[in-house]
Amino acid sequence: MLAGVAALLGYLVHNTLQNMRQQGIASGFGFLDDTAGFSIAFSLIHYTADSSYARVFLVGLLNTLLVSGLGIVLSTLLGFVVGVARLSPNWLIRRWAAVFIETFRNIPLLLQIFFWYFAVLRPLPAPRESLNAFDLFFLNNRGLQVPRPVFEPGFVWIPVMLAAGIAMAMIAAGWARRRRERTGRRFPVLPVAGALIVLPPAAAAWLTALPVTWDVPKLGTFSFSGGTTLIPEFVALLAALSIYTAAFIAEIVRGGIESVPRGQLEAAQALGLGRGLIMRKIVLPQAMRVIIPPLTNQYLNLTKNSSLAAAIAYPELVSVFAGTVLNQTGQAVEVIAITMAVYLTISLGISLIMNWYDRRKALKGA
Amino acid sequence: MSAASPPPPIERVGILRWLRDNLFSSVGNTLLTLIGLGLFILIVPPVIEWAFVDADFAGASKSACTGEGACWVFIKVHLSQFIYGFYPPEQRWRIDLAFGILIALAALLRIRRVPHKGWIAAATVVGFPVLAYYLFYGGGFGLEVVPTSKWGGLFLTVIVAGVAIAASLPLGILLALGRRSNMPVVQAVCTVFIELWRGVPLITVLFMASVMLPLFLPTGVTFDKLLRAMVGWALFAGAYTAEVVRGGLQGVPPGQYEAAQALGLPYWRRMYLIILPQALRIAIPGIVNSFLAIFKDTTLVLIIGLFDLLGTIQAVATNPKWLGFALEGYVFAAAVFWVFCYGMSRYSARLERRLNRHREGGV
Repeated sequence: MLAGVAALLGYLVHNTLQNMRQQGIASGFGFLDDTAGFSIAFSLIHYTADSSYARVFLVGLLNTLLVSGLGIVLSTLLGFVVGVARLSPNWLIRRWAAVFIETFRNIPLLLQIFFWYFAVLRPLPAPRESLNAFDLFFLNNRGLQVPRPVFEPGFVWIPVMLAAGIAMAMIAAGWARRRRERTGRRFPVLPVAGALIVLPPAAAAWLTALPVTWDVPKLGTFSFSGGTTLIPEFVALLAALSIYTAAFIAEIVRGGIESVPRGQLEAAQALGLGRGLIMRKIVLPQAMRVIIPPLTNQYLNLTKNSSLAAAIAYPELVSVFAGTVLNQTGQAVEVIAITMAVYLTISLGISLIMNWYDRRKALKGA
Repeated sequence: MSAASPPPPIERVGILRWLRDNLFSSVGNTLLTLIGLGLFILIVPPVIEWAFVDADFAGASKSACTGEGACWVFIKVHLSQFIYGFYPPEQRWRIDLAFGILIALAALLRIRRVPHKGWIAAATVVGFPVLAYYLFYGGGFGLEVVPTSKWGGLFLTVIVAGVAIAASLPLGILLALGRRSNMPVVQAVCTVFIELWRGVPLITVLFMASVMLPLFLPTGVTFDKLLRAMVGWALFAGAYTAEVVRGGLQGVPPGQYEAAQALGLPYWRRMYLIILPQALRIAIPGIVNSFLAIFKDTTLVLIIGLFDLLGTIQAVATNPKWLGFALEGYVFAAAVFWVFCYGMSRYSARLERRLNRHREGGV
């Protein structure tokens, strides 16, 4: 069996090498240092047409991570809201949630991306007639213009104080829990921890006179100046990914909450716990155990699905690296191998973390 | 129920009671109801107006699109292209015939009293693909060859999805069994295979199938782009289905494995007669979900240049003669996919209930 697999692999490698020699395709990773020679519409780091292919790879990777990260946050928020709404005692809200889930779950993601991009964002008016929210956000066929924060030197103190505040709050919460377990006396953890988190950065902001200004987009003759422009490809991809994944997350959340046995709820009510406390201390911890594994799967799916950006040319990893770079260099084997390796690393990394989490949260003795 | 039981108190029945319970039980609830109603007023009337009231239905060219709403003429004119792609019109009866036969076979299998079901099933599984190949591609029995570059539309979507689904189940079962095998090499190979496919996006697999597969094969051997996409797609789908089947295998109680072994059955008969029927029943919801995902993701083949339903719509919508009707096209495609997927998930829910009937009324 092993010999068979090895023979098959050897055969494929032999064929590949022979084919590449015949077609005159170079091999090796030397091409990464060559000049790319094309520009990219949207980049988080400095990039020009003179940059190398390795730089292109980095730009693509960062764009993938950006859209996936934001997509995960948005889809989780939307998914949890819809999932809870699906169980609402209110009939109308319950129906709306069901309509949302069944609609967006059963329509292919690529179609939704096309819908947002070609049918919603592209026909928007030109910058002169943009849709305007509070003179801060502008939506037009060039994308979404948002204000950009400009940080001044003293700004560093605010995140530093925030981190310190969070650390103090965690220490306080730990101390309060240990004391409650030892003596049974309660401590108002929530307000104290909240104050510990909010007050230090607020004080820092006040002392340094809030060293951040907002660069607000302004309409010039033809286009906007100032602010940050989120290109329509990005907005369309983010909207489609978030909504599509949210529909799946909502079903997972519903399933998780429904999986908590009724007896648990009744027992908690019999103990005289309030509604909020039942939700926080009884239902959610048990539901999360069911929710987390499939939820991680959805996060992985979302990250992998962000590669559909290739269809609308948002410059992420697959579109810009496995697309443009591959076409320019012709080094299909290396480029596809690097691309697949990136996704495999992300997937396996998240799987490992999840397995660790699963083991930690598994029912003891079950 | 006895006829003498008194009628329920008046405030416990009727529409008012239902409204109070479900929509206005508290201040918060009433607020939610108002939000829901607001959404309804915001969304539903404009959509109906666009899709029906202000829409154009009659006509045969762009000049018929005069109203403010949707122009369904666009769909009407291109409908046959959306369904058959560029398949030659005079040959389209072949597609109709093949799907007619498939539907007839499926219907025969569903009716309970038809005899020789085993033979019909065998004909569907073994005979039909061969027949379909000759009907679609031609080249035998005096049928003209229709190259795959002319295949397109919903027909291509169904073919690619159908092949991927049909191949993914047996492949998935084999991989799942392999991953749970006692032989270390088999287990390692299957595990690596599954995790490799599951870890990468489908689109890179399709890229690989269209760019790299020709490099892997002996020099001079080439095969069709559509076939390459199908091979890549089927392997990818097989890995996903394998994990679902593995979940089912894990759900079969260990006692079943031991009992089968104690009966002295050899491995394959043990799996075929005892374990798999139970495992697949457990795995049905997951398998259907996986099939639905395969069907929806078939739209990705347009990225490597095949014209599936969405690809055809995209191509027609960028035709200069018909610019500006992409939205109608997308709504049409969405409706087609939605009907397929929603129908399939409903059917699976019913099937699940039927297969689990033995559990009802039990412990």
